[in-house]
Amino acid sequence: MAKKTPKPEELSKVDYRRPRKGWMDIPVEFKEGMFCNGTRPGYLETVGMPNPRKWAPKDEDWKLPENWKEIVLNGMQERLEKYRSFRLFMDICVRCGACADKCQFYLGTGDPKNMPVLRAELMRSVYRRYFTTSGKIMGKYAGGRELTLDVLKEWWYYFYQCSECRRCSVFCPYGIDQAEITMIGREILNLLGLNTDWIAGPVANCYMNGNHLGLEPHTVKSNIEFMVDDIEEITGIKVEPTFNREGAEILFVAPSGDLFGDPGTFTAMGYMMLFHEIGLDYTWSTYASEGGNFGSFTSMEMGKRLNYKLYAEAKRLGVKWILGGECGHMWRVVNQYMDTWNGPADFLKVPVSPITGTRFENAASTKMVHIAEFTADLIKNGKLKLDPSRNDHLRVTFHDSCNPARGMGILDEPRYILKNVLNHFYEMPEETIREKTFCCGSGAGLNASENMELRMRGGFPRANAVKYVHQHHGVNMLANICAIDRAALPPLMNYWVPGVDVAGVHELVANAMVMKGEKERTQDLRLEDLPEKEGAENV
Amino acid sequence: MSFELNGKVYETDDDGYLVNLDDWNEEVAGYIAQQEGVDMTEAHWEVVNFLRDYYQEYKIAPMIKILIKEMKKMFGPEKGSNAYLYQLYPAGPALQACKIAGLPKPTGCV
Repeated sequence: MAKKTPKPEELSKVDYRRPRKGWMDIPVEFKEGMFCNGTRPGYLETVGMPNPRKWAPKDEDWKLPENWKEIVLNGMQERLEKYRSFRLFMDICVRCGACADKCQFYLGTGDPKNMPVLRAELMRSVYRRYFTTSGKIMGKYAGGRELTLDVLKEWWYYFYQCSECRRCSVFCPYGIDQAEITMIGREILNLLGLNTDWIAGPVANCYMNGNHLGLEPHTVKSNIEFMVDDIEEITGIKVEPTFNREGAEILFVAPSGDLFGDPGTFTAMGYMMLFHEIGLDYTWSTYASEGGNFGSFTSMEMGKRLNYKLYAEAKRLGVKWILGGECGHMWRVVNQYMDTWNGPADFLKVPVSPITGTRFENAASTKMVHIAEFTADLIKNGKLKLDPSRNDHLRVTFHDSCNPARGMGILDEPRYILKNVLNHFYEMPEETIREKTFCCGSGAGLNASENMELRMRGGFPRANAVKYVHQHHGVNMLANICAIDRAALPPLMNYWVPGVDVAGVHELVANAMVMKGEKERTQDLRLEDLPEKEGAENV
Repeated sequence: MSFELNGKVYETDDDGYLVNLDDWNEEVAGYIAQQEGVDMTEAHWEVVNFLRDYYQEYKIAPMIKILIKEMKKMFGPEKGSNAYLYQLYPAGPALQACKIAGLPKPTGCV
């Protein structure tokens, strides 16, 4: 069982002193609370991944196949040939150190192996030894090292202490994308059955049921219908979502976390209220019931397999295009991989908003529009009646989720929406937002419970910036557009900045949106009394 | 991980959740509760039994708001609140009560 996370006062004392020995001479130490459980065999069997067996990261014996070293080196070879980016990233780093202090996991742990340059060096050293002439001949003198079991374990420990957020890549003068190195690293580890339980579980669920949680079709429907009842209680309006409806104009895909856990469920209510208000001809799918893709935290191949259902379902239902909800890594996948994995989706139409007529040229190829773009366009064209004073009890800041921000440049749309639906908006310091945003500390499948200390450490820089606006401007709500954020930020805030709550952008939209025929609102989407209404009663 | 009870070995994941859901019975629930420091009363069983019934139908633990609303419907308004559930299960109804009820932990973006 996971150890208790130390108190914030203790955790915030990070030791940045230089270790006495060189990094190659310091063996990896598995610290409790800093890593996830190893995957159980059943999850790997479900998707046919190699080497399913019971194992634990702290075990001496990881029960690897006898020829594990050959598998790893062949795996590297294959990927060096397949991905030019990978070979380039192995070759071109000059170790300038620009990235070193940009990683929230380094800032939160002080562990030099969490410097992006050194995290990459863990693999680069093996690359030099086995794949470059100088390394083959001169070994350590050319920065190479032998691939040993300890090295493999070190890979595992540190490639699962990276959230693939790509903050470091913003600062790299060569543009080396550390996330891609981590992704390849994890992919190679998965050749030996070395995934985490928290990633492999959602992958298996998604493969079997279409979503990470493993929600069955009738459960998806039941959860959504439950939200419909809550919406009716709040607004007096019965919204009527449809499921798997052939001939709908738009297929809507959200992260499944929004269909299960608070505060994501409030975001999901927000989507449905918005769609009802503008009369959108859309359908949910109980098959393509997940926007996220934990497969992409496993291997390119697994990412592709799980992503496949989106286009397949769009085709089956005969929709024109796909609208995607407030999900994080879904958008990295959509924007950067989907088109070549499972596209081109020529059977779909270039997305055009049926309400405003805006043609989303940026989505001309993928045919998938981000809901922040869609809603910002509605507001810009004056299609929504908004009463921002309904959010007056909130003082809001916006956390740029790594993937929509750095993976596709969704920076201004959510801010534009927020400034239109509420009156009190404050930015965190500029080096912690937009392209330079800090990760929640739990992305890329790190949002388990047994690694809570790692999450609190990795989220420390983000929390620190929230604390700044909390203290200076009384910020009490952290808005975001990612389901991992909505799951990971509440405990992070409770730990570092108590008094700050977490909400998806569309929850705040729906709070402010004046719907046709609605009753006078006395409650927000959380069924909590609106403060001004309380005040009115007291007058 | 695993534990032994009355001569039978029960397999759990690393957080103590039963791996085989069919292993569950009231004795097993009592044992897990004891490990969690929860003294099972009738009120505790009401929650556990609801969770199990819900799981039979939906194959996942209920959303907390469903749990609260259904508790309210079945046992009255004083039992349909987050505070009441936390009083019974201090580590949280979603985690602790589900563990005792033998339900798997939800995974993904939650």
